[in-house]
Amino acid sequence: MANSINDIQEELISEFEFFDDWMEKYDYIISLGKSMPMIDEKYKNEDHIINGCQSKVWLNAEKDGDFVKFTADSDAIITKGIISLLIRVLTNQKPEDIQKADLYFIDKIGLKEHLSPMRSNGLESMLKKMKMYGLALNNTSC
Amino acid sequence: MSAADIRLQFPLLSTQMNGKPLIFLDTAASSQKPKIVIDAISNYYETTHANVHRGVYKLSQQATDAFERSRHIVKHFINAPSEEEIIFTKGATEGINLVASCFGRKCLNEGDEVLISAMEHHANIVPWQLICEEKKAILKVVPITDSGEVMMEEYKQMLNAKTKIVAITHVSNTLGTINPIKEIIEIAHTHHIPVLVDGCQAAPNIAVDVQDLDADFYVFSAHKVYGPTGMGVLFGKKEWLNAMPPYHGGGDMIETVTFEKTTFNKLPHKYEAGTPHIAGAVGLGVALEFMQEIGLDVITEHKQYLLDIATTQLKQIDGLRIIGEASNKVGVISFIVDGTHPYDIGALLDKQGIAVRTGHHCTQPLMQRFEVPGTVRASFGIYTLESDIDALIKGVKKSISMLL
Repeated sequence: MANSINDIQEELISEFEFFDDWMEKYDYIISLGKSMPMIDEKYKNEDHIINGCQSKVWLNAEKDGDFVKFTADSDAIITKGIISLLIRVLTNQKPEDIQKADLYFIDKIGLKEHLSPMRSNGLESMLKKMKMYGLALNNTSC
Repeated sequence: MSAADIRLQFPLLSTQMNGKPLIFLDTAASSQKPKIVIDAISNYYETTHANVHRGVYKLSQQATDAFERSRHIVKHFINAPSEEEIIFTKGATEGINLVASCFGRKCLNEGDEVLISAMEHHANIVPWQLICEEKKAILKVVPITDSGEVMMEEYKQMLNAKTKIVAITHVSNTLGTINPIKEIIEIAHTHHIPVLVDGCQAAPNIAVDVQDLDADFYVFSAHKVYGPTGMGVLFGKKEWLNAMPPYHGGGDMIETVTFEKTTFNKLPHKYEAGTPHIAGAVGLGVALEFMQEIGLDVITEHKQYLLDIATTQLKQIDGLRIIGEASNKVGVISFIVDGTHPYDIGALLDKQGIAVRTGHHCTQPLMQRFEVPGTVRASFGIYTLESDIDALIKGVKKSISMLL
C-alpha cells in the first residue's frame, strides 16, 4: 500500500520548509526534473500533450492493478521538476482518490504565487488532466 | 541628462521584484512610464475632463484642446503632413485591423494578394488572414535570411499585378532588425502598391518621418513610447483615408444621421467612433514630448551602445546563440542557450529580479523559421543602464549553471 496523497503532501511541505529562498527551491525542483524517469517516447505525441503550458508537456496514465501510474516529460526542466512533484503525490494512487484529491501542498510551498501566470495556468491544466485520467480510469474499471 | 538621471523619473524602476532591485529588460513588450506622464493623466482627470467635440461649455472645450494638442504633437513626432491624417486608436493592433478591414473591403477581390514578411508580429498577420479569407484573397510571405533580414530580391519578385498592399514591420520585435523600410516602400510604389508599416518597435527607438519614408499607413502604440496603454496612432495618407469606408459606426464619426442614410464626418473623426481615450491621448502627447526633449538621436545612440555591449558579452557565454544578427538593429536581443528552454532561463532570472520576456513574442511563424521553441528576449529603454546589462549577464550565467 502506497502512502496516502496527504501523507506525501505533508512530506513535500516539510522538504520545502528546509529552503531559505526561491533560488534554493528552484535548485531542488531542477534536480527533481533531471532525475524524473523518462516517459516512453511513443507517448510524446499530440494525444498526450497538455494545452495551456508554454513549454511542451506530455502526460500518460496507465492502470496498474487498482492504481494509476503517471509518467510525463517536458522540454523545459523547471516544468519537468514541477510535474514530478505532482506525479509524486498522485502516482500509484487509486483513481477515486486522485479525483477527489485536494492538492493543498501547491499553495503551502508557495509554488503557485511564485509561478508566472503562464506557468500557473499550465499547472492548472496539468492537474485537471491528471484528475481526468483518474476519472477515465475509474470508469473503465466499473 | 544621463540615463541614470532619466531613470529616476520612472517611479516603478526604483521598486523591487521578488525581493531584489528590479532590473527591467522588457521594454519592447511595454515601456515603463515617467512621472510626468502619470501626472499628466491624473491631472487631466482632476482639472480638465469632459467629453470632447461636443459641449459648448468651457470644460469640454479645454478637454478638446488637450486632446487635439496631442494630435498636433503626434503629427510632429512622425512628421505627418497634416493632423487630419492622424487617427487615434486603442493601439497598433487596432490600427492594423482598421486598415486591413477598411482597405480590404474597398480594394481586395478574389485572387488578389497581400504581402507581408516572415518576421511579422501576429498583429500584422492575423488581421490580413481574416480579410483575405473573407475576400478570397491570398496572403504571401516574403522570406528572411538566417541573420534575420528581409530577402530583398525575393521581395521584388513577389510583387506583381495581383499584389494590392504590402504590410511590413519597420523594426522586428523579436529580432531587433531595422528593415530598409524606405527602400521597401519605394519598390512597392513603383508598382503603385501602398504599404502599411508596423512602427511599434521603431517609434520608441529611431526617428520616424512618414513623409520621408512615403508610407501610406504607419501605426504605433503609445505604451511602447513611454505613454499609457489602450492608446495608439494610425497615420494614413488622406487619399486612402478618404477613399476607404469607415471602420466602426457611432458618435463623433457622423455628419448627419437619418434612419435612411448617414453621412460621415471628415477626417480624422470619420475613424474615431465613440468617446475616445482622451486621457490616453493626453498621456501620449506628454510622453512624445518627453522623448523629444531627450532627443531621438540620443535615444538611438544610447540603445545602440547598450546593444553593442550586451551582444559582445552574451556571445562570450558558452552555448548561447543570438537569434537575429542583422547588421542594423535596435536594443532588442533574442537568444537561446543550448540544453535549456527559454522558460527555464526566464523563470530563474525572474527570481533574481530580472524581467525579460520568454516565449514566441507573438511571432510563432518566426520561431518555426528559426526552429526554436521560443527565445529569451532582453530589450532596452531610455532608462536602461550598463549595470542592467551586467546584471543580465550575471543572471544568465547563474541560471545556466543551475540548469546544466
